[in-house]
Amino acid sequence: MLNSVQDAGRLGYRHLGVSTSGVMDRLALQCGNMLLNNPAEAACIEIQTFPFSVRFGSQTGFSVTGGHASITLDGKPVLPWFALCACQGDVLRIERPVAGARMYLCIAGGLDVPVVLASRSTQLRGGFGGWQGRPLQKGDELPLCNPYCVDEVGLVPPAQALALKAEGTDEKTVVLRVIPATDYMLFAGDSLKEFGAIGWQITAQSDRVGYRLKGGTLRMREPVELRSYGVVPGIIQVPPSGEPIIQMADANTAGGYPRIATVIEADLWRLAQARIGSFVRLQLCTHAQGLAAAENVQEYLKNARKNIELYRKSFSRRGAGQAGKQA
Amino acid sequence: MPAADMGAYGRGSMRADVAEVMPGVTNLMLIFSTPPECPDEVAADLRRAWDHLPEKHIKGRQFDIGVRYGGELGHDLASVALHTGLSPHEVIALHQAPVYTVCAVGSVPGFGYLHGLDPRLATPRKTTPSLKMLAGTVTIGGPQAGISALTGPNGWNSIGFTDLVMFDPTRQPPALFAVGDTLRFHAESIEL
Repeated sequence: MLNSVQDAGRLGYRHLGVSTSGVMDRLALQCGNMLLNNPAEAACIEIQTFPFSVRFGSQTGFSVTGGHASITLDGKPVLPWFALCACQGDVLRIERPVAGARMYLCIAGGLDVPVVLASRSTQLRGGFGGWQGRPLQKGDELPLCNPYCVDEVGLVPPAQALALKAEGTDEKTVVLRVIPATDYMLFAGDSLKEFGAIGWQITAQSDRVGYRLKGGTLRMREPVELRSYGVVPGIIQVPPSGEPIIQMADANTAGGYPRIATVIEADLWRLAQARIGSFVRLQLCTHAQGLAAAENVQEYLKNARKNIELYRKSFSRRGAGQAGKQA
Repeated sequence: MPAADMGAYGRGSMRADVAEVMPGVTNLMLIFSTPPECPDEVAADLRRAWDHLPEKHIKGRQFDIGVRYGGELGHDLASVALHTGLSPHEVIALHQAPVYTVCAVGSVPGFGYLHGLDPRLATPRKTTPSLKMLAGTVTIGGPQAGISALTGPNGWNSIGFTDLVMFDPTRQPPALFAVGDTLRFHAESIEL
């Protein structure tokens, strides 16, 4: 597990074998950038290793999104899913999340790392993009684009606003909606039943490339040999072991294991925040239900944006435009 | 290499919502900018396109690739010989004989799926992958030939090495190979 510079992903180079990379939790990045009035393509730090601390070299607005964690700025507690300002020299410390798995530090204006093949994301396998093409190390100094201060605004985290439960599962089980994939019907009938019925546990062999699940064994009706096909994040492959793998942001662009289903795009953020050792339930849904789920996410973002704008307006009317601490 | 010009499907006026077209070895993946309302319609569209688009004959570039066979960087040459029942020299001769065609680029940045390996050289992937195979390693994996594009874990059998750089993000285009390119291998050196 490592921390890296990521943005919304590297699009348009799949045909050269370049996977999208980008943040695992797109929604957290969208929220973090929205809180700061950043362009959608602004890059952040994806944090998977805790505790994480960073010293601000200049005064700037920032936000921390992703899961729920205890966070301090210069020793004083601050909230996730909130925009606020740091002074030059302030130290931000993020503890291991109590809910969720990944945190995102967005900076007003974004991180100023070079754009390589149309993105600032780190391509970890290819060793390019992001900060010197590698995970962050202690002592790295990341340049900022054009830092500015921001109003203190917050939003309701998606985990609350878009909560999803399935019948017969406990609070902690992460529910993911999946659409049957190309090879679905090649699986044995009892495997198809098992697939949607059991709680699958996320194993320790899970990272930005993919999540390996355990708890059952999925079998084909008869063995198949497939030619390599295109892979996108969310595809659930079943290798000969019978234990499914859900491909994620750093997955190879092509693969050859049979595909049983695909996690809908609107639920990928839930999986990105599911912790190793926790359980997921894979719930079959239709294409139309997948579209409706995406619509709900858009609605959530629209409302959040509206509330942030309303708050900013009322803030400036009250003559308190200079929010945040001043150096 | 004849194939229906499915790239035209994305570039053309058929659908404005196709953001990326990615040819696989025997398949095609489309990425949409927004999810289509009705996937069945897209499937029907695609079948029509496959039937009616003109064939595309790609005149790719030709590469003549010097290989240092065997030695430390091609140390599975012996096990390929053992598996195929051929001598190492026969393996090298059969590997150099055909003209290979790049039939897809993918998996990792710049990796070309090569068509044309002599079936007599087919050798299963290793049960224990090499942890750090160098980029440029000339390989055989099952019925396929390849050249590893990135340094990293790899389950294919290494039989040699070339200095070619398959992918460089600062180069234009970044990937050395494109679909339709043809390759020949020749021995620069042999170390048994």
